[in-house]
Parts: sequence; structure tokens; C-alpha cells
Amino acid sequence: MASDLPSGPLGLVAGLGRATLQGVAAIGRVGLFATRGIAAAFSPPWYPRQILAQFWEVGFLSLPVVGLTAWFTGAALALNIYSAGDRFNAETVMPQIVALGITRELGPVLAALMLAGRVASAMASEIGAMRATEQIDAMVTLSTDPRRYLIAPRLIAATVSLPLLTLLADIIGVAGGMQVSKLLIDLPPKIYILNTVDFITRWDVESGVIKSAVFGFIIGLMGCFHGDNAKGGARGVGRATTSAMVSAAVLILAADHLLTSIFVQP
Amino acid sequence: MTMTPKLEWPKLEWKGVSKQFGANKVLDGLDLSVAPGRSLALMGRSGQGKSVTIKLALGLMRPDAGAVFLDGVDVTHQSESERRASFAGIGMLFQGAALFDSLSIWENVGFRLINADGVGRREARERAIEALGLVKLDADVAGLYPSELSGGMQKRVGLARAIVGQPSLLFFDEPTTGLDPVTAGTINELIRDKVTSLGCTAISITHDMHSARTIADEVAMLDAGKIVWRGTVAELDTADHPLVRAFITGRAEGLD
Repeated sequence: MASDLPSGPLGLVAGLGRATLQGVAAIGRVGLFATRGIAAAFSPPWYPRQILAQFWEVGFLSLPVVGLTAWFTGAALALNIYSAGDRFNAETVMPQIVALGITRELGPVLAALMLAGRVASAMASEIGAMRATEQIDAMVTLSTDPRRYLIAPRLIAATVSLPLLTLLADIIGVAGGMQVSKLLIDLPPKIYILNTVDFITRWDVESGVIKSAVFGFIIGLMGCFHGDNAKGGARGVGRATTSAMVSAAVLILAADHLLTSIFVQP
Repeated sequence: MTMTPKLEWPKLEWKGVSKQFGANKVLDGLDLSVAPGRSLALMGRSGQGKSVTIKLALGLMRPDAGAVFLDGVDVTHQSESERRASFAGIGMLFQGAALFDSLSIWENVGFRLINADGVGRREARERAIEALGLVKLDADVAGLYPSELSGGMQKRVGLARAIVGQPSLLFFDEPTTGLDPVTAGTINELIRDKVTSLGCTAISITHDMHSARTIADEVAMLDAGKIVWRGTVAELDTADHPLVRAFITGRAEGLD
């Protein structure tokens, strides 16, 4: 509490120290939660129905939003390249730049951000409501480990679904760019696809898929962690939902920067 | 040959259990035990640590000091897997029933059977419907979801879920709170009936003296983190402890 702190510069230092300690403690709690979640995912008992249900929720039901995002982004990227590339006669490399931008960066990141909004928040609110209504305590009394029944299936589904969604986003994003190039520069789709396939390397796609697996894990982790730590009834659940979404989005962008800097090292 | 006297452990025992939340000391060296086959009502004013007492026994919290013994075994510091094994014969009816709202009624009742005992879904469904019958619910409700039932019906489903695994120890947290007197009476009778027919030990938290008289053999009064009075249901009316008198009369005279 602020009232406990001494006033003046000493208070500032004390406040900074307390905030640092709280930050370190929070990182420790998330780390411990993640470790236990991973351990639960790799050790029996597994709950296949729960895992399948989460694949349906996280993967299948996210198809429309990820598909639309990829289409519009691919199309918008192509428009920008057409407009800006015109300055140095670079319109002809539109397929290559769209493919590179989508597979390496925009596909994984935008799909992940969409899932952070749709899935991390839904996980946090569901688990938070279960915590608030003693459903998680009830599960323990029914000799069922909530980490294995609730957390592990969500972590597995998010980590595996997002790379698959990203692959789909890559294809749809390229298709969005293809449509724009047909309209603007009358580039035949066949030529566009050939240019894309010739230019793109396996690593361009793989690096995006690796990133998206990490992003998927972050989404599952933030959704479950904030939900499991929700306190204070409906208000607490609301706060957990927001925190899950915001923290997942920020961590995705931070992880993107970190992974990209590793992947592009000469 | 010398005869070794048969040792009988209490079914459940709290020994010197303390629990503190921040500056608030909720339990202060609690000593309490329940003999096998007995039904104990744990009573006390709000905020005196009744729910914490049960949560400590269920392993949902760890005590700051002291230990909880189940059948003579210290379960306080067991690992999660050991605790799950120790608690396999436990059933709990939560205050708000705590039914899983994403599962149907029969899946709620058969949850332990399917997910912990490895029973097939078909058999679990049959046993769940059987358990629903024991709490006077028709098989028609088996396919419904918790949100489609009234509060009293949800409590019955919670009771069916608690007893479906043939437990040897049952916990009830405010089983009649929020129910009308008729439904509360039905729940009380069902609890008494099931506890007797299963021959299990029962621990109930309640504020309701009528409920305590119906479902319990003994009553323990928790105040300031300790048991301040304990006696049989028959001894309630002659008890001279001010808190017990206050619960019987509903008046706060003589209390701090």
C-alpha cells in the first residue's frame, strides 16, 4: 500500500523496489504455471474429448476470423506495394513481397492477434467463471486434476492449432494479393502463383509456423493463467479476460521481435 | 497370546490447525475429529472459518500449522497424486452446487466415474441416472444442462454427484442456503437418508439449526478459530454456551 511507503526520494525508491519485486513474483508465477501446464500436457491421464473440444473451439471456430483477416491483409499489402512500388518500378515484384510479408510476418502475427482476442479472452472468462463458482474446487474433490482436464487441453490445442491456422492464413493472404494484382495490373493468377512458388523458400514458411507455435502457447498460457487467478467474482472475471487478451497480445509482439531477430541473424 | 486392542482412528481429524489470511487469523489451533459413521454439523457465525476448515480437509488449501488426518494418515503434505488417491472415497456438495455448466446433468453426476475411475460413458450414464433416482430426480433431467434446472434441483444433482461413487466421507457446505423451506426440508431428508443408507461419515456446514438437527448426530460450534462447544443434537437445547443459545433463539444477546 502506498501509505506504508516513506515519503520523498526514499519513498520513490521503496515504491520502485516493491514494483520490481511484484513484477519478478508475477514472472515466477507465470513460469511455474507454464511448467506445470507443460508437465500436465506430457503426462497421463489425458482427456481426449477435452482436447478435441478445444481443437474445435480454438482451431475450427477461428477459421472464419483468421481467413478474413488474412484475405484483407494480403489484399491491402498488395495495394500498398502497387502504390508505393510504382515509385521505383517495383510493381512487378508484388507477388514476391506479398508472399514474404504474409508467410514470415503478417500471417503468424495477425492470426495470433486475432486468436488472442477471440481465444485467450474466452479461456480466461470460462476458467475464471469456473473458479468463481467453485467448479474447479469441485473438480478436485472429484479426483480430477484441473491442470490435466482444463489447462493441458487448452495449451495443446492453442499450440497446435495456430500453426495450422497460420498455414491457411498464408494461402489465403497470398490469394488476397493475387486478386488485387489481377484487378490492378492484370497479372494472371497462374503467373502470380508461379512467381510466388519460385520465390518463396521453405524456411520462409517454416519460420512463420515456428513463430505461430510459440504464439499459440502464449495465447493458451495467458488465457488459462489469468482465468485460474481470477479473484473477486464477476468483476475479477472481467479483469482476467482483459488481462489475458492484452498480455497475450503484448507477449506475442515481444516474442515476434525476439524470434525474428534470432531467425534473421546472418 | 496377548490380545492387541483394536485401534480405531477418527475418520477425519484436524490437529492444531491454524490458517491466516494476511492479518486475519481464521483458524487458531483447531482441534476437531469425527468418528467413522457419525454425522457432524459444523456451525458458527459468518467469517469464522467453517468453509476454510472443510477446504483444508479437502486439500484445497494448506494449513499454516497443524495437520489433517484422514483414516489416521496425514494428508496435509501429500503430493497431489497421493491426495487424489486418499480422497477417492470423498463426496462434496458445494453451497452453489458447483455443477459444470458445460456438461449435461448425467455427465456432471458421472464426472468422477468417467474421468477418475475409468468407467465407460455408457455405464457411467446408467449409474448417473440411478444416482439421480436416489435423490428423487427423473431420468428425463439427465440430458438437460444445469442452467435448465431450479436451485433445489441443482442441489439434488450435486448430492447425486457426491454419492454416485459410494463415498465413505461426505461434506456438505450450506446444503439448504437459498432454498425455500419445503425444498430445504426435502434436501435435509435426502442427506440424512443417504448418509444413513451409505453408512458414511458426514460433515456439514450450516447456519440453519433445523437443518443441523435433521442431518447431524453431533454439532460443533466454531468461533474465533476454535471449537467453543460440541455436543450431540439432543444436548443442544440444554447447552448454556451463549453462542449456541444465540443460534437456537436467533437473538444476539450475550454475544460480543
